[in-house]
Amino acid sequence: MFTSTTFASILPEILILILGMLVLIVEPFWKQEQRRNVGWLTAGGLFAAMLISLLFGQPGEPTTTLGGMVRFDWLGFFFKMLFMFAGAATALLFMDNEKVGDRGEAYLLLLASLIGMNLMAVSSDLVMLYLSIETTSIPLYVLAGFMLNDSKSTEAGFKYLLFGALTSTIMLYGFSLVFGFTGTTNLYDLAGSFQAGRLSLVAAFGVLGLILVGLGFKVSIVPLHFWAPDVYEGSPTPVAGFLSTASKAAGFAVVLRLFFAIFPDPNVDLARGWAITLAILAAVTMTVGNLLALPQTNLKRLIAFSSVAHAGYALIGVVAMSQLGAASVVFYLAAYIATNLLAFGIIMAFSRVTGLEDLKDYSGMSRRNPALALMMLAAFLSLAGMPPFGGFVAKIFVFAAGIQAGYVWLVIVGILNSIIGVYYYLNAMKYVYLYRMPEQDEENHPVQLTRPYAIALAVLTIGVILIGTVFAPWFSWSDAAALNLF
Amino acid sequence: MNFPVLSIITFTPLVAAVLMLLIPAQRKSETRAVALAAATFALILSFWVYFTYDQAAGGYQFVETYNWLPALGIALKFGVDGMSTPLVLLTGVVMFTGVLISWGDDDKRVMAGIQDRPREFFAFLFILAAGVFGVFVSLDLFMLFFFYEIAVFPMYLLIAIWGWVQTREYAAMKLTLYLFIGSVVSLVGVLAMYWVQYQNTGVLSFDMLQMESAGFSRTFQDIWFLPVFLGFAVLGGIWPFHNWSPDGHVAAPTAVSMFHAGVLMKLGAFAALRVGIMLLPQGAQTWSWLIMLFAVVAVVYGAYIAFVQKDLKYMIGFSSVSHMGLVMLGFSTLNRAGLTGAGVQMFSHGVMTALFFAITGMIYDRSHTRQIPELGGMSKVMPFATIGFIIGGLVSMGMPGFSGFVAEFPIFMGVWGAQWLVAVIASISIVITAAYIMRNIRQVFFGDMPEKLEGHMTDVTVLDKVAITTLCLFMIAIGLFPSFMVPMVQTGVENILRLLGGA
Repeated sequence: MFTSTTFASILPEILILILGMLVLIVEPFWKQEQRRNVGWLTAGGLFAAMLISLLFGQPGEPTTTLGGMVRFDWLGFFFKMLFMFAGAATALLFMDNEKVGDRGEAYLLLLASLIGMNLMAVSSDLVMLYLSIETTSIPLYVLAGFMLNDSKSTEAGFKYLLFGALTSTIMLYGFSLVFGFTGTTNLYDLAGSFQAGRLSLVAAFGVLGLILVGLGFKVSIVPLHFWAPDVYEGSPTPVAGFLSTASKAAGFAVVLRLFFAIFPDPNVDLARGWAITLAILAAVTMTVGNLLALPQTNLKRLIAFSSVAHAGYALIGVVAMSQLGAASVVFYLAAYIATNLLAFGIIMAFSRVTGLEDLKDYSGMSRRNPALALMMLAAFLSLAGMPPFGGFVAKIFVFAAGIQAGYVWLVIVGILNSIIGVYYYLNAMKYVYLYRMPEQDEENHPVQLTRPYAIALAVLTIGVILIGTVFAPWFSWSDAAALNLF
Repeated sequence: MNFPVLSIITFTPLVAAVLMLLIPAQRKSETRAVALAAATFALILSFWVYFTYDQAAGGYQFVETYNWLPALGIALKFGVDGMSTPLVLLTGVVMFTGVLISWGDDDKRVMAGIQDRPREFFAFLFILAAGVFGVFVSLDLFMLFFFYEIAVFPMYLLIAIWGWVQTREYAAMKLTLYLFIGSVVSLVGVLAMYWVQYQNTGVLSFDMLQMESAGFSRTFQDIWFLPVFLGFAVLGGIWPFHNWSPDGHVAAPTAVSMFHAGVLMKLGAFAALRVGIMLLPQGAQTWSWLIMLFAVVAVVYGAYIAFVQKDLKYMIGFSSVSHMGLVMLGFSTLNRAGLTGAGVQMFSHGVMTALFFAITGMIYDRSHTRQIPELGGMSKVMPFATIGFIIGGLVSMGMPGFSGFVAEFPIFMGVWGAQWLVAVIASISIVITAAYIMRNIRQVFFGDMPEKLEGHMTDVTVLDKVAITTLCLFMIAIGLFPSFMVPMVQTGVENILRLLGGA
């Protein structure tokens, strides 16, 4: 039963588990002031786990292991690598966050939620899927409310918990109905029932709608986005970064697998109707996210709303229901994870020194730390979709997939939205480069970067530029991942 | 594989930008030295390309191909033809002179050049330059678009940070949004072309040479020509989408104005020609009347608005709209004379307007005003700049013996061949241009110097003189020896005419 393939299929999770136990064992033996070093251990461990998985855990032909619970293919593998990369970067960003960095639990929770995400990306059974989603969410609820003495953080944690619990219940209800209608919980067996018309159209739509509520919460599709800005603003900044990137990407991994498994043929009526529903949701998500980002004066909230909008762009690729579409979503998420983590990392680095998060507090930042300002420029231009950064190529691929599938109107909506995006991203850069601090005494207020930040931000910046210039390898991996959906 | 000269030209500014960002901020002179070295190097290489381009053979030369993303048919494919070679040279020249006049010195009395954060300034300027070179040499639509966008966003920062305090935020954002909207409209068209080509030929490729034979249907071309052409032409300052351009010129620091008017507007015109007219030739034939209409309005209206301006930079900004209108007018004729003239005009206008903005910048740095009535008698303190401005003015008026004539004469010939009435209307602009240029030269450079400027004015620096001389040499050389550039452009025009189907 337990073959080497089975082992390989969950190798990264096993490694993360070992790492988590190591964190638990080591942490009590370190003195309080040394405990932040758990961050080095976590980040280094995740990096090692990535290397080991790349060497020994690469998937071959798609297979199903663990009694049909886990699908072992490139799609899952590529997402796992992305999550672990995001986790390593987040661990580094944790380290010098005053209230989080020197507490071992934070790293442990991070690792626990990473295991959940990894399993989300590979679940091929509804039961497994639900379990992995909960494994991801529960540690994140705790992390969001990690700063106990901070009322905003507590509010964030509680809000996230309430919304998460509610939507996941609705999704679970959807799962149970699916089982009732079809008699199976295996994703790949469901396709037959949906395609053969054994479910009436209304029932199929309703069930999918219920499931979409749970997933839409994860990826923050409008109208399930309400939690995002409040939670991002209240939770510790690195946690917000992790929530807005890895957690969102995990949701997309499930969306991709679920819908492509149920609708292998995009030309049946149900699939078409579903694609149009998603297209409308994508258009609304982009527009609402961007319009609400426009008036924000708090940088964290601005990024929060913009990350709602980015979920909309990525959905265009799902709507296309083609191989290029799926590949473009994966590529988009890769670029987006690096970019948004970078943006949150910069906010973190800045507010750690200054304690401030408003746009106007960024006045004169380019004189206080030119390197940080340049990295912020890279992050924001990438979010705005400008070359030579990852966001540009990612956006073009998504749009190309949309046009190929005939959704020209959706691409035009996307383009109008990216114009709004350019406006508010550049507007933010104006504070950094153009305005000056009151009294013009930037020289007396440098923004110093500690080592973990310098490393994390530099790696992320290089990543954003590499994805935007040397995009061939990333795209081939995304493409290999997308191929597994067909 | 030959010496990859085009990619070296393109990536030199980029490498220089990275190098400069690694130099500590306080070491301003090292930064400037790196900038000048890189600019000189790029200029020498673009000269080399210009003079070794084989005009007898024509076609695309110095072609380099590197597979970039074969799965989607994206390749890093560089090459130049008779149309783009002069523009590469132009970019080299403007980059070189732009660095010279932004040098800045420590003389506190003269606020010339860039003193505040020169490291970032030159780095952004060079990223912009890399984007411009990239567009001119790209033979792959994806890469063309990639570089096109790289050329757009540094403008925002350059204008917003180092621009004229009063309008810089407004102008920078307006410019960026106009250009971004234009480029994404084109993007939709480009993606549509990409997929239709795939349907028609089964080849997944962004290669423009491939696309020339994609067999786009007449209907497809008629639908998509306008979005693609106009989307790019926004950057070429086409009326009625020219509004961002004078505002941008006025707000921009001198070197950026030079880049903006000198090469960026050519970038728009060039991309509109290359993607719009060359890849959708039948669409161009259908819509040429509309382009001609827009262009002739731009030519006359731009000249008239320039005539009534009191602000020196606004005047030059609107005269650029007028002159770029002539380029578009040349395009819209779709015949040999018109296209040749348009090609030469792109170079001629680039050099001329760069010179104008450079001298205006020198005057402003010393007088702190650009209002024409508040200036006067500049010839007494800066004779060298005066001569330069007069030469530029003669080019602008289209005097024989200067490059303006060599460019404008064929354009009018071509327009006459296509639609004589338009030629008559457009010729009004020559009179208006002559009027405002002459009036301006008299008011600013001759007569008495206003009292409050007495004592503030100093002569231009040696570096400024080198810049002025370089730019003037080109204008005179082309004027006296049209064979320096016209045959080169003609080889490029032949290719366009072939795509248009004879004519």
